[in-house]
Amino acid sequence: MIVRRKRTRSQRGEPRRGPGRGRGWAAPLLGWLEEHPRAALASLGRLWRNPGSTLMTALVIAIALALPGALWILLTNTQAASEGWDSGAAISVYLEADLNEQAVAEVEQALAGIDGATLVRTISDDEALAEFREMAGFDAALAELTDNPLPYVVVVEPTATGAGATELGDLADRLAGVTGVDRAQVDLEWVQRLHALLALIERGILLLAALLGAGVLLIVGNTIRLDVLNRRSEIEVIKLIGGTDAFIQRPFLYGGFWYGLAGGIGACGLLILLTALLATPTAELAEAYGSGFRLQGLGAREAAFLLLGGGLLGLIGARLAVGRHLRAIEPA
Amino acid sequence: MIRFDHVSKRYPGQRDALCDVSMHLPAGELAFLTGHSGAGKSTLLKLIALIERVTRGTALIDNVNLATLRRQRIPWLRRQMGIVFQNHQLLYDRSVFDNVALPLVVAGYRSTELGRRVRAALKKVGLLERERAMPITLSGGEQQRVGIARAVVHRPKLLLADEPTGNLDPELSAEIMELFVQFHQVGTTVLVATHDIALLKRFRYPVIALAGGRVAHDDLAGESA
Ligand SMILES: Nc1ncnc2c1ncn2[C@@H]1O[C@H](COP(=O)(O)OP(=O)(O)OP(=O)(O)O)[C@@H](O)[C@H]1O
Ligand SMILES: [Mg+2]
Repeated sequence: MIVRRKRTRSQRGEPRRGPGRGRGWAAPLLGWLEEHPRAALASLGRLWRNPGSTLMTALVIAIALALPGALWILLTNTQAASEGWDSGAAISVYLEADLNEQAVAEVEQALAGIDGATLVRTISDDEALAEFREMAGFDAALAELTDNPLPYVVVVEPTATGAGATELGDLADRLAGVTGVDRAQVDLEWVQRLHALLALIERGILLLAALLGAGVLLIVGNTIRLDVLNRRSEIEVIKLIGGTDAFIQRPFLYGGFWYGLAGGIGACGLLILLTALLATPTAELAEAYGSGFRLQGLGAREAAFLLLGGGLLGLIGARLAVGRHLRAIEPA
Repeated sequence: MIRFDHVSKRYPGQRDALCDVSMHLPAGELAFLTGHSGAGKSTLLKLIALIERVTRGTALIDNVNLATLRRQRIPWLRRQMGIVFQNHQLLYDRSVFDNVALPLVVAGYRSTELGRRVRAALKKVGLLERERAMPITLSGGEQQRVGIARAVVHRPKLLLADEPTGNLDPELSAEIMELFVQFHQVGTTVLVATHDIALLKRFRYPVIALAGGRVAHDDLAGESA
């Protein structure tokens, strides 16, 4: 006779609740909450007890993180230093040739009447020629001239400081429209070139950072891989006792995180040291140019980014290495 | 508790280490597993602990089919049992206390309950005063007792022991065996693999004997229902 019964949990091969049977759901949860700090501290203690190798790994990571960090600081400082340069940009207004002094004065007046334009100075044709004469090599060529072919040049600055490239362009167009003006040229090109260059460098730094970030992944991954292999017998025993993969890999993941975080802290230290060493020479250089520019060191945002990024890279590196190698270790 | 039905185990590139083994160990029993060296005792225990997988046949532990158990579920099954190894398998960079606590840590016990249970287990094996010691400073017999404490600290339903008295003198062997009897008396199912004939004679419990990978003798054969 076949008696059909409802199958019990254990007959279906399902787990009894919790590890201790009937301990309710709260106890395992609290145990789990206790387990994470325990794993974190245990892996930290393990690193602490091997200061030599830990420091070496952290230092390698620190250098890998500090390199793009240093370039980034250099870039932001260059950007900051070049910020005021746009406003210093001037427009050279070339007057038509063969104007007499009277006509020049009229054009100057008309230019001064243009909204937003401030006349800085006027370079007469004679002055311009004299400047050319002073330059070596031109002497002989200029001696041949009977006439002065150079026009008057009026240097105009925008009244408003911090005018952008488009505003400068507009102003130049209006200046060029004045009768007696041949053309107006914005002396801005080199600033624009600088900005384009800085944008390129910024991209380059990001690429370099990505590359070195991948390097950090590999460093941490390899360190953790060796760690796993060194603790092979321990892993086997824990597996025999019923430790899950998650339990076994937890201290290794924390280990990777600590390596990355230590590297981030080291990178911050290196960058602070670097800016401290460069602060005085930079200030001296700026003073020589009559500028109040001061080197901007590591900001709080950059520091947070380095610490978090380091920790995250360490965690990911450990995760990539540990999963594969833990699976391969089985008790026999 | 343990039921084998025509179970065979073949290691890659070798003849069957276990061949057509059928046996049943009811819950709450204590039994000896014996046989000559190479008979397959360790292999049988490894199948139960899922250290090795069954090649043919069905093996059930508490009605869980070992052949179809997914890899992720193995830890769960191992937590239901305690295993005593001949070579102790202790972690030598941790104290006696930490070694015994390991099954509870793995199962996520809280530290208050954990300390209580670990000390209870250490007291049981008479090593309470050595909880701070490192395993390497203990004698072979003491290490074996640490291993036993670790195997029972989480109160498993099933206790497996592979040559637990392997290289101990007869007095110590009897002491260890006495511990297994005590766990048996509180309801734990116990299977002890040994080739110590003197021990079998002294403790008269059912014997399953293997020879060349086959069951040669089974005191429990009649009882299985
Ligand atoms: N991992 C393995 N790979 C291949 N063959 C193995 C493996 N383990 C055991 N064997 C073989 O299986 C057979 C049974 O071995 P097992 O270890 O189960 O014997 P045993 O009864 O425990 O012997 P002993 O009393 O010496 O411990 C032996 O022939 C052994 O060579
Ligand atoms: Mg054996």
